Amino acid sequence: MTAETILFYLFGGLAVVSALGMVLNTRNTVASALSLVVTMISLGAIYLLLEAYLVAALQIMVYGGAIVVVFLFVVMLLNLSTDEFPPGRQRLIKSAFVIAGVAILVQILIALGRDPLLAAQPAAVPEGYGGYRQVGISLYTDYVLLVEMASLLLLAAIVGALILAKRKID
Amino acid sequence: MLPMDHVIALSAILFTIGVLGVATRRNLIVILMSIELMLNAVNLAFIGFNRIWSQVDGAAAIDGQIFVLMVIVVAASEVAVGLGILLAMFRNRDSVNVEEVNLLKW
Repeated sequence: MTAETILFYLFGGLAVVSALGMVLNTRNTVASALSLVVTMISLGAIYLLLEAYLVAALQIMVYGGAIVVVFLFVVMLLNLSTDEFPPGRQRLIKSAFVIAGVAILVQILIALGRDPLLAAQPAAVPEGYGGYRQVGISLYTDYVLLVEMASLLLLAAIVGALILAKRKID
Repeated sequence: MLPMDHVIALSAILFTIGVLGVATRRNLIVILMSIELMLNAVNLAFIGFNRIWSQVDGAAAIDGQIFVLMVIVVAASEVAVGLGILLAMFRNRDSVNVEEVNLLKW
């Protein structure tokens, strides 16, 4: 077992545990948001191990930084330090959801174990793979229309968030 | 070299946790966080598959990473709008419990 593999299992386990901590923590929303940070940063580390360097940096900056800070900001703005709702009425439906989800997951995992493509070792990456240069060239040549669409989407999101969060529109 | 089947399995596990979070929790903030978790699981699958098919005819292929960048853009705008909706809902109902939002419920 190489060091890379050990690091992968370490960060993968950390990601799963902190994701479970986020979903199962019914008491404290701030702790849920902080668990989400741990998940995001572990995933960023796994991207590094998969040699996607630019995406790993952006993952930590955008997800671990910006998005989770916005979540924390809203939690504190609404003063939701506790998150105690009365017990739900639909226990049966929820347990059915959990059982169905886990059953489908087990099926997927069994199918993944049988896939010969995934069992094979991937070839070594070509030089410059996943660096800012290659991703940048690809973004501004092949995918330039996608960049324009992303800018429009972000503009629409800014306007939408402002209108929704404003108290009264004059 | 990482075991690729385990990378994709990790992605499937995280996605399932996200789906179950959306299905079982009633706090709208946690539901939005679970959606983020699902998007991240898909990103991990994209990066993993891109690592498997890292070159086409000798040239590097990074289309999967471009997809991931676009997913990050969509996730950022989704969080902004979703939290705006959450603020408006809290202003009207004084709660972030999704079961209390039933105006459109049949």
